[in-house]
This record gives sequence, structure tokens and C-alpha cells, in this order.
Amino acid sequence: MRKLLTSALGIVLTIFAIATINFMLVRAAPGDPAAVMAGEAGATDEAFLAQIRAEYGLDQPHLTQLGTYLGKVATLDLGYSVRQGESVATLVMERLGPTLLLTLSAFGISLLGGTLFGAIAGKRQGTWTDLAISMVALLLFATPVFWLGLMLVLVLSVKMGMLPAFGYADIRAASYGGFEYSLSVLRHLILPALTLSAIQMAVYTRLMRASLIEVAQEDYVKTARAKGLGEGQILRGQMLRNAAIPVVTFAGLQVGTMIGGAVVVETVFSWPGLGRLTFDAVTSRDYPVLLGLFLVMSILVIAVNLLTDLLHRLIDPRVGVH
Amino acid sequence: MKNVLSTFLRRPAGIVGLTLLGLIVAMALLAPVLFPVSPWDMSARPFVPPGQDGLLLGSDTMGRDIASGVWHGASVSLIIGIASALTSLVIGVTLGCVAGYFGGWFDLIVVRITEVFQTIPNFVMAIVVVAILSPSMGTIIFAIGVVSWPSIARLTRAQVRTVASREFVAAARCQGQITLSIVMHHILPNAFTPIIVAGSFSVAAAILIEASLSFMGLGDPNHMSWGYMIGAGRTVIRQAWWMSVFPGIAILVTVVAINLVGEALNDALNPRISRQ
Repeated sequence: MRKLLTSALGIVLTIFAIATINFMLVRAAPGDPAAVMAGEAGATDEAFLAQIRAEYGLDQPHLTQLGTYLGKVATLDLGYSVRQGESVATLVMERLGPTLLLTLSAFGISLLGGTLFGAIAGKRQGTWTDLAISMVALLLFATPVFWLGLMLVLVLSVKMGMLPAFGYADIRAASYGGFEYSLSVLRHLILPALTLSAIQMAVYTRLMRASLIEVAQEDYVKTARAKGLGEGQILRGQMLRNAAIPVVTFAGLQVGTMIGGAVVVETVFSWPGLGRLTFDAVTSRDYPVLLGLFLVMSILVIAVNLLTDLLHRLIDPRVGVH
Repeated sequence: MKNVLSTFLRRPAGIVGLTLLGLIVAMALLAPVLFPVSPWDMSARPFVPPGQDGLLLGSDTMGRDIASGVWHGASVSLIIGIASALTSLVIGVTLGCVAGYFGGWFDLIVVRITEVFQTIPNFVMAIVVVAILSPSMGTIIFAIGVVSWPSIARLTRAQVRTVASREFVAAARCQGQITLSIVMHHILPNAFTPIIVAGSFSVAAAILIEASLSFMGLGDPNHMSWGYMIGAGRTVIRQAWWMSVFPGIAILVTVVAINLVGEALNDALNPRISRQ
């Protein structure tokens, strides 16, 4: 119970720390913070600027301003987008679903694919299969994620016409039934999810390969072999689970990278999530939206970290004990 | 040192990486000679496919020479990559040293700050920083440096803690040397090899972040960069594949080269690990 409380307190403190960074960023911007918040369009409207100054207490000392801002964050008031005529919280909530769908699918694909390819490479260390997998992993790791997405579009959509190149569902999808609609979304999900997962998959493959080679030296593997267990049984029963532990730990640390990747991938595929919203906010210099997104995406990372923590407990029973 | 060099050169990764990197550096240096006209110049017909009209890699929607952009983009990528990695090294090594050497409250605060920065999606933070400070070489380097230091800080902290407990550090302390001199002359030189390796990998990571930033339209508007070119080609991928393919290959080759050099450097500087 006490442990739960301290970790909850840690999470709240982290969120406030990130909000404070947000606050300082606006202050670091050249010029009047009210003009920054108003965006390029509202900056000339004196009455509007005065309204923003009053709302954020910009005539107060800095510390009071920070207090006002943190209070707003605590009540989920993320400000107002002048460009879109909508509160930032509403905009973000509308886009949260598609981003969760994309990142969680990509997270699953990369973990499964990474452990699988890593295990194959590690088991066949030194063979051509190992070399091929390791080379592909090395190349993928160096590929800019948006470029990979464009190349997949070029080959699979433009040249071969197999999958839709962009969007969330068919234009006519609104008239579809529930099942057909889901199918349409799924077809649109394949390319962005593959793109986003590919680079992480490369990282997990390398990690899993190294980890499996290390685990193969352990005494319990020798014991299992001495007991007369088959190689397949040893791999499934002892090695895979133990070798996957560092991969899952590392995957937890990669969530932030994945969400950053989602921003570019959604831009490439016009996926209507938080990332696409980020791109639009960047293009129109919509700072309240941008700052709100930064905060929400950070909270998302914290949430997924908790999830991987749970996953960790599932595959490594030692974690829960102490 | 000679030993390190010979180990480095005996690794295939080291030779391949160094050769590729040499080619990219040569591209950057030769760009003003081979393509004296600015890569922004609309010097040809738009949408010329590669190999036609004397254009090696074709032209873009506005008739700008893709080859000129690819060659000129090399220096932008390399400069931003190296400068951002140096920025993150300065921040990370300083904080890591303070935390690792002094321990106690300093350590606690630095570790907590590092954790917060590791939670933040660092590309998103880079976007916000560059967008708010307005894009330029300086702000991009600053933004990438500010989001990339945590891993360096953690590594430095761990290294410094190990080295600081060794006898020669205690000996230096007994001689009455001041803290700064102990850290600079005794601890850092003995802790620095893994930090150099991590630094070389962060050059590659920085190049990828810069490419993504300029793809999103947050590149320095005065310099042609590979990410910008791919971003410009995104909407016309059906008509002009060459606009996005070639700059992407340039990024890929550069990042692979630096990663290979980093790996070979790792093997050469940590002989115990490489012999396993």
C-alpha cells in the first residue's frame, strides 16, 4: 500500500515537472508570452491579448503564474485553440483513440516480432540466417521512420495497389456496418503500424539475440539438457521467458520514442491521431495545442510504463516479491 | 592507442563504417565545388526524372536539382549531428559527474531530473522547443542536445561512481588536490571510454531527429536538408518517387556508417567485451 502511494506521488510529481517545463518554454520564447499563446493570428488583437493575460495571470509575478498554470493543468484545462475554435482538451480527446490504436498495435507487433526474430538469430548464432536477420536489423535501426513509411506506400500502395496509402477508413465507411467499418480501419492500420513497429523491432531483435545467447550459458539450461529435455522444450520452457525479460524492460523505456515516432508516422499516413494534430499545430503555430499535446503524450508514456511494469511482473515472478 | 587503432581497423564494421562516413564527408566538402549554384535555385523544369536533362537525380516540383540538395544536405546533417551530440555530452557529463562524485542530495536531484527527462517523449519535446524558439541551426542543435543528454548522464554517473571509489582517487584526495582537478585529471580520463562510444551513437540519433524535425517543417529555412526534401516529396510520391527516395538513402547511409563506427569503437575501446 505504501509502495503504491509513493509511486502514485512520483507520477503526480513527474506530471507537474513536465507542466513546469511547458510553462518555462513559453517564457523562453522571444517576445510577449500572451502573443505566443494567441498564435500569429490573434497577436494583433489587443482585446484578445488582454483576455489571455488576465486568464493566465500574466501581469502577476512568475511564481503566481506558474501556480495558475499548474492549477489549470490539475483541472484538465489545457487552454483554448484559437485556430480550431475548440478547447485543447476536446481536440486531444477526439484524437486519442486512433493514436492509442496505432501505438499499441505497433508496440505489440514490435515486441512479438523482435523476440521472435531475435530468438531465431540467437538460436542459430553464426549462421546465414543470423547474419541476414542482424543485417536487416542494423539497416532498419538506421532508417528514418517517415522515409520507411513513404517507401512502403510507394511499393505496397502506389506500385502494387495492395493497401490504402493514407487515412483512417474509407470515405464511404460511415455508411458501413460495424464489422465492415472495423475491417476498413484495420486495412488502413496495417501500413502505419508496420512502419512504426519496424524500427523498435530492430532494436528488440538485437537485444533478444544477445540475451538468448547469454541465457544459453546459464546453469539451468545445462541442467535441463542433463535431465534429457529436448532442445525445443528447453527453448520454450526455460530460455525464451528468461531471455525476454531484458527486452520487456527495455521496451518500457522505449515508449517515449514510440510516441515520438507516432507523430511522424501519423503525418505520413494522415492518421487522424495526436501526431497528425501535432503536425497541424506545428504548421499553424498553434502553441496552446502544441503544449497541451506535449503534456498529454508525456502522461501517455507514464501510463504505458505502468502497463509494461505489469507485463514485467507477469513474465518475471521475482519482480513482484520485493 | 596504437593497439586501439589496430583493433578498430581489424573489425569489418570499422572499415565499412569509416569508408561510408568518408564518402559522406567528401560529399559535404565537394558540394560547393560540384554544385556551385544554391540548391534552392529553380534551375530546371519541374518533375524531371533522374538521368534526364543532365540531372543525375532529377528535379523537384519547383525545378530544383535533387542531386544538389542531396550533396549540400550532407554538411547540414553532419554539423547538426555532431554539434547536438557535443551539446548533450556537455550537459550529460557535467550532471553525471556532479551526481556520481558528490552523491547525496546532488545525486538525488540529478537522478530525479534525469528520470523526468527520460519519461518525456523526447522527439515531441524537440518539436515544441524548436517551434516555440523558431527553427534555425542553433535552436535545432539546442533542442536535440536538451532532449538527448539523459542516457549520457546516467552512464557518466555510473562510471564516475565506480572510478571514484578506486585507490588512486583516494590518493589524490590525500595529496590535497582540489575536487575539480581530481575529477578532470583522475576520474574523467578513466571513465571516458564508454562515454565516447555513447557519444558516437548519439551523433547518429541526432541526425535522425534532425531529419524528422525538418520533415515536419521545422528545419532551418536557410539550409537545404534531407528531411525537408523528403517532406516536400511526400505529397507527390505518386508522380515523383525520386524526390523522397534519394535523400532517404543519404540519411540511411550516413546513420549506418556512424553506427558501424560506434560499434567498432566499442569493440576497440573495451577489449574485454570484444574478446568474449
